[in-house]
Amino acid sequence: MSKLTACERLDIIRHKNRPTVNDYIPLLFTDFFEMHGDRLFGDDAAIIGGVASFQGIPVTVIAQVKGRNLDENKKTNFSMPHPEGYRKALRLAKQAEKFHRPIICLIDTPGAFCGVDAEKRGQGEAIAKNLMEFMMLKTPIISIVLGEGGSGGALALGVCDELAMLENALYSVISPRGFASILWKDAAREREACQIMKITAQDLLELGVCETIIDEPDGGAHNSLNQMAENLCDYLLEAVERKLKKPIDVLLNERYTKFRKIGEFEEFND
Amino acid sequence: MLEDWFSVVKTRFNGAEAKGEEKAKSNVPSDLLYKCPRCGNVVFMEEFENCKKVCSSCNYHSRLTAWERISITVDKNSFCEFDKDMLSKNPIDFPAYDEKQKALRDDTGLKDAVVTGVATIRGYKTVIGVMDSRYMMASMGSVVGEKITRAIEYATENKLPVVIFTASGGARMQEGIVSLMQMAKTSGAVARHNEAGLLYITVMTDPTTGGVTASFASLGDIIIAEPKVLIGFAGRRVIEGTIKQRLPDDFQSSEFMLQAGFVDMIVERNRMRRALSHLFKLHNTGRVTK
Repeated sequence: MSKLTACERLDIIRHKNRPTVNDYIPLLFTDFFEMHGDRLFGDDAAIIGGVASFQGIPVTVIAQVKGRNLDENKKTNFSMPHPEGYRKALRLAKQAEKFHRPIICLIDTPGAFCGVDAEKRGQGEAIAKNLMEFMMLKTPIISIVLGEGGSGGALALGVCDELAMLENALYSVISPRGFASILWKDAAREREACQIMKITAQDLLELGVCETIIDEPDGGAHNSLNQMAENLCDYLLEAVERKLKKPIDVLLNERYTKFRKIGEFEEFND
Repeated sequence: MLEDWFSVVKTRFNGAEAKGEEKAKSNVPSDLLYKCPRCGNVVFMEEFENCKKVCSSCNYHSRLTAWERISITVDKNSFCEFDKDMLSKNPIDFPAYDEKQKALRDDTGLKDAVVTGVATIRGYKTVIGVMDSRYMMASMGSVVGEKITRAIEYATENKLPVVIFTASGGARMQEGIVSLMQMAKTSGAVARHNEAGLLYITVMTDPTTGGVTASFASLGDIIIAEPKVLIGFAGRRVIEGTIKQRLPDDFQSSEFMLQAGFVDMIVERNRMRRALSHLFKLHNTGRVTK
């Protein structure tokens, strides 16, 4: 694996040819049927979801959609979901639970959208509900951070049995830009923030947040989409089969414990 | 987030406003007057405190310390505190985080931004958590996440209801990804408490925002808000920056969130004990039999 700094990885995941879910889905799955809408308000193109066959296994795929150009980005709101996107994700996840299908979440977002309508429709509630419901879903959930995993908007698809990250992917409490803006009141110090935030796959492995790092082709995923898709496929097949073997109560206990043990504190008894 | 948009500005006797770090320290006996940050009304501090720190002019329910909240909410001498000696580490080695915390501990007497425990409210036994915005805007890091989780787990084990008075700027940036994961951890504890069929009430107080809104604060079976407080996900400045226009003053207020359907009811501070105890009674939970 390459030894790049967080900033160098930021440049790679922002490369204009960085593959997106629209590139991966046709290579990883057959018979992908996209499902639309949250049945409450509307359909959010920032999150795509549906059923598909993965190596002969029926799965539910839920993915955040980065555009490959400006037109696609306008349609998918630069992969910043509104509440209805998260509610669609939950609807499809519940459907997966009903039919005992594993869920594969592909995370790639700078964060949940911040706007007037998003607030009015309960962005906070939509994310919170996903965190609570995904924790109890009686079917395996594998989440993979493809590029950018920003904040609660990423975590809403990140409550899972196993979190994997592509080698150059970053996952953070807030985008480096937001971090700099909040803590130093200066968004221009983004790169400095990026370096100190501990947001690379390796950092997250050490912090116990991420379980697996998936190798990228030399120089980044954009250098060989096919190679990247193969690596993803190898990982997913192994992970899905492993999780499917577990009794549901064991799976749910392990999922709870995975998050339960994260936190760094000390206690004194005076 | 961490910006203190609506920080209670106390007009000091000499008329000078406290700035930045000094705001937290300004709660000293020399504060004889209180100026409401919402309507600008000025009253004597003593009168303001007699009204449980509610503005007599506009009804803004100003911030309370965790201990003030506990003393006006639970039955006298009934509070038994959990995990009082838990201190946060510095998971991402954020510069000066330890020093900042030490200063805040000395200043507030708190160890972190939440106090949890078990108590009775008008005879009903409940687990209670109260966040305190003086401590890094009650942002959620490892300690807040762990204490809230343990308190809810205790309630699940002992078949008790939970009441959490939320106030927060969101996730604690200084703890990086570890703070984000506290959202999942606390929500998981709520999920198990929920599955056990137990009652969970959240009371949103000023301000409830960010990662706390997007986790345990929004998951109550019943969500109560105090009048006129700030409730939202994204910071106002962030949204204004996105849409390039000023938002109306009542945007993200309790009243706004009630109308949008994300708050069940707005309850005045001096009616809170009564409301909570009646809700416990209606759910047939927590009654202490002697």
